[in-house]
Amino acid sequence: MTQSIIDLHQPFQQRVDAALRNKYLKTALSRATARMTMQRTTAMGAIDGQTLRNQVRQMKTHVIRHLPDLLEELEVRLTENGAVVHWARDAAEANAIILDLARRNNVQTVVKAKSMATEEIHLNAALEGAGIRAIESDLGEYIIQLNHEPPSHIVAPVIHRRLEDIAAILQRTLDMPPTLDPEAMCALARAKLRQELLTAEMGVSGCNFAIAETGTVCIVTNEGNGRFTSTMPRLYVALMGIEKIVPTVEDAFLQYQALCRSTSGQQTSVYLSMTSGPRKPGDSEGPDEFHVVLLDNGRSRMLAEGYGEALMCIRCGACLNTCPVYREVGGHAYGSTYSGPIGSVISPLLSMAVTGADQLPHASTLCGACRDACPVKIDLPRLLLKLRSDQVQHGQSPLFDNVAMKSFVHTMKSRRRYENAGKVASLGTNLMAGLAGGNLHYLPPPLSAWTESRDFPPFARKSFRELWRERRSRRGYIAGGHR
Amino acid sequence: MISKKHFTTPPQRVALFVTCMVDMLYPNIGLATVELLERHGVEVIFPEEQTCCGQPAFNAGYRDEARQLAERYLDIFAPLLSSGQVDAIVVPSGSCTTMVTHFYALLFADPSSRQRLLQVEQLAAATFELTEFLVDVLGIEALGAQLDAKITYHACCHLLRELGIDEQPKRLLNAVEEAEIVPLVGAEECCGFGGLFAVKHADISTAMGQRKTRNIADSNADVVALCDVSCMTHINGLLARQAQSCRAIHIAEILNNQIDVERQTTEPAPSPPAPAPRRWQE
Repeated sequence: MTQSIIDLHQPFQQRVDAALRNKYLKTALSRATARMTMQRTTAMGAIDGQTLRNQVRQMKTHVIRHLPDLLEELEVRLTENGAVVHWARDAAEANAIILDLARRNNVQTVVKAKSMATEEIHLNAALEGAGIRAIESDLGEYIIQLNHEPPSHIVAPVIHRRLEDIAAILQRTLDMPPTLDPEAMCALARAKLRQELLTAEMGVSGCNFAIAETGTVCIVTNEGNGRFTSTMPRLYVALMGIEKIVPTVEDAFLQYQALCRSTSGQQTSVYLSMTSGPRKPGDSEGPDEFHVVLLDNGRSRMLAEGYGEALMCIRCGACLNTCPVYREVGGHAYGSTYSGPIGSVISPLLSMAVTGADQLPHASTLCGACRDACPVKIDLPRLLLKLRSDQVQHGQSPLFDNVAMKSFVHTMKSRRRYENAGKVASLGTNLMAGLAGGNLHYLPPPLSAWTESRDFPPFARKSFRELWRERRSRRGYIAGGHR
Repeated sequence: MISKKHFTTPPQRVALFVTCMVDMLYPNIGLATVELLERHGVEVIFPEEQTCCGQPAFNAGYRDEARQLAERYLDIFAPLLSSGQVDAIVVPSGSCTTMVTHFYALLFADPSSRQRLLQVEQLAAATFELTEFLVDVLGIEALGAQLDAKITYHACCHLLRELGIDEQPKRLLNAVEEAEIVPLVGAEECCGFGGLFAVKHADISTAMGQRKTRNIADSNADVVALCDVSCMTHINGLLARQAQSCRAIHIAEILNNQIDVERQTTEPAPSPPAPAPRRWQE
């Protein structure tokens, strides 16, 4: 029996409930995130990882500061190379551009290389709505497409499923004979996909990075499907967020190194496909037309509102793998294309309709493991804190929180009120604990959320400050001794 | 990056910021802190006006409110430093230290708060988490503590990843006589407390905590030593509910020899009379 699918449009709490109830999900996530974290730390430890991270951060900082200039440079170079550059303000514009290209060229089938940007704009739904087949060619993406569910991880879309689940999906959808042999499953998917890749009229990919000085779109894959997508069909379209830009070829390889090591612990990926323009006369391969769609969808607003640091993300997934919250609930609980710590930051900021996006910045303990894992050293905890603060500033915080926090601060602003509140709490909790014997097993709502699973200690009968005063007034007191 | 105050002569007197949770819930930890410092010739003063540093408000996004408590804190502690009444401020909590040394600056980032920001920088340089102060400032390696127990160490997040303090508590624990230090799988992983997170997202918080307590059970430790009472409350809340005998204990109480532990052992207990545990209350 395979796991059920979490509906991303449910309220956040229901998604979390469904995820936490699913013990298969816990198994799948624990295995995979531990393995990927181990691979990353080994690969970054094999080189001077700190220096690499510092260099990448410096480069990305430069990119974010000079984004408009770099984008213009990229457009000029791409156009010189014979590519067509489109600018999309939002998801609707991006979808319209790609749909229009497909229609004008009588496209029946689109093959896709794995791309989070196309997930962000829900391109597959737009294509299918226009009667155009969209086939995912990345193995993980293909499996979840067969199962009609969205990816749950930035780089490992099917991370939420165990091998047993995947076998069940393939048996049901592709009539695969019962087997748990990954190679047999892979061979079956390869045979199906190869046909699509050879006959599709249009290929669509995302973009891991585009080089401004040469006008080159780079996609990083391990399965070769990216190479097929960008070279076999007559039409090749790359959709890229405007931040996915690097100034020079040297910078591209800096980011490439950080990406491969942080994502999968590889020194290099199996494929790095670079497309600078369409096929030229005499070229043996390549698309007849090459289009690049530059997607904003809230990114320039993020830059303007002080969230530029989040645009330095290279989508390696390291923060997801190391996040103790992601490990418990998985990607679908976040309700967004982008999950984990980076997802909690950008999902509320991008122009995306994410159910419960305002709750994501609070679904974190701010433990900082993500910042330590990030190859760009993005300070994700500070960004989450800024999001929380912006919610309060903009009057989007719950009324209950406003009242509770204001009364808490009011109490803490006066020694007398603080000490009195402490006395009341001590009396109350000790009375309650007296009945329960030791710890408190029950507290009234909203603190009952604590005591549902955890005990709470009663307040001390005498506070530190009371003991301190007693201690000081004791005669014959010798430092270091007592009683 | 905070450059910490450098002491050419050993500090004579410090102010204790005991933190509201230690004050109200765990006074013995505060007293242990005082004793540890006094035993090494450091006089401790306790400014009784102190309440809370404001971290709960700051973490929840209420920066104006947090700022009010930060200003109050600065008004209490900054004059003690600038007048030379104390050489440093010591805090038995990594999290509350982080609030003062790392987050206060974010509250006074606007140009009109320049004076406050200068105050914050001076204060941050002279504010130390307890184990940091003991090891880095006083140069203490061993405190003569003794505990016949298996001890493991949980690295609290702010302490480890904001303050970069890890070696100091471990070194002090390694010097505890008769103790056996045992490893904890995932020692650097968050216990799931996270302030209001523990209540707002209680189910995720609990799942994270249960992973921690499973690892604690697997470690066979009698005691989990740590440097923050917030994480301690969370871990102990789960351990007690699960009827595990292991407990999380603040490092100050271990170092000050004021706890005793029933070892999880199947062997008959040895007979020599152990010295009575030193307790402050009851």
